[in-house]
Amino acid sequence: MLEVRRQHWLEMLAESWAQYPLEGCGLLIGEPGGDRVVRFVPIRNEAESARIYRLDGAEYSRAALQADKDDLDIIGVMHSHTHTAAYPSPTDVAEASKPLMPPNWHWVIVSLGWGHPELHSYKIVDGGIAEEPVRLAQ
Amino acid sequence: MAPTGKVREVLVATVSVRLPTVLRPAAGGQSSVEADGSTVGDVVKHLITEFPALETNLVDDEGAVRKFVNVYLNDEDIRFLDKLNTVVAEGDEVAILPAVAGG
Repeated sequence: MLEVRRQHWLEMLAESWAQYPLEGCGLLIGEPGGDRVVRFVPIRNEAESARIYRLDGAEYSRAALQADKDDLDIIGVMHSHTHTAAYPSPTDVAEASKPLMPPNWHWVIVSLGWGHPELHSYKIVDGGIAEEPVRLAQ
Repeated sequence: MAPTGKVREVLVATVSVRLPTVLRPAAGGQSSVEADGSTVGDVVKHLITEFPALETNLVDDEGAVRKFVNVYLNDEDIRFLDKLNTVVAEGDEVAILPAVAGG
């Protein structure tokens, strides 16, 4: 389960639209190993692509170090799908299955492609995809 | 005759190293540790000496940083600096993070 406050959902949506037609992305920050988003940090898509994303190194490093200083940690990653469903692509699965990827990370996908935006969250471990419930909190 | 050539001074600095979440158990659960060296490569070697379980995750058989590992020195990717030969200074922040990408 992932708990997302309304404010953070709106921030993820705003970032996804701001980067459109490119994919937008960002980091979910929370208690170490946690299931509740405490902060959403938009990160520049270094790939500047409508098909793939790659976290900008400088912004990624800065956000990770700041999380440590706040006794928080990265608990997941958000990216947008501009024209496809909010479901992990083969590239998403391959990248999320690489070594050093925490198995408890939440992989959030925001889809802009169907007239109304959707947010879904997944656990991706060793090539397997498991959707998890998302609780929208105030 | 007094030497006239300049001798390159190699300074050993102490830097903080932010470890990726999944490697923290191999370093006693710490999120960041201190390590010494004059280059990022030295710092990584020092880290591996202290915590041998990190080695196979961070570097390949030739000692190069693995492809799925990103190493940042003060928020700059060392691939765009001098890679493992990048010189470090006292108090620098090294962050080791898994590369994150997708489609």
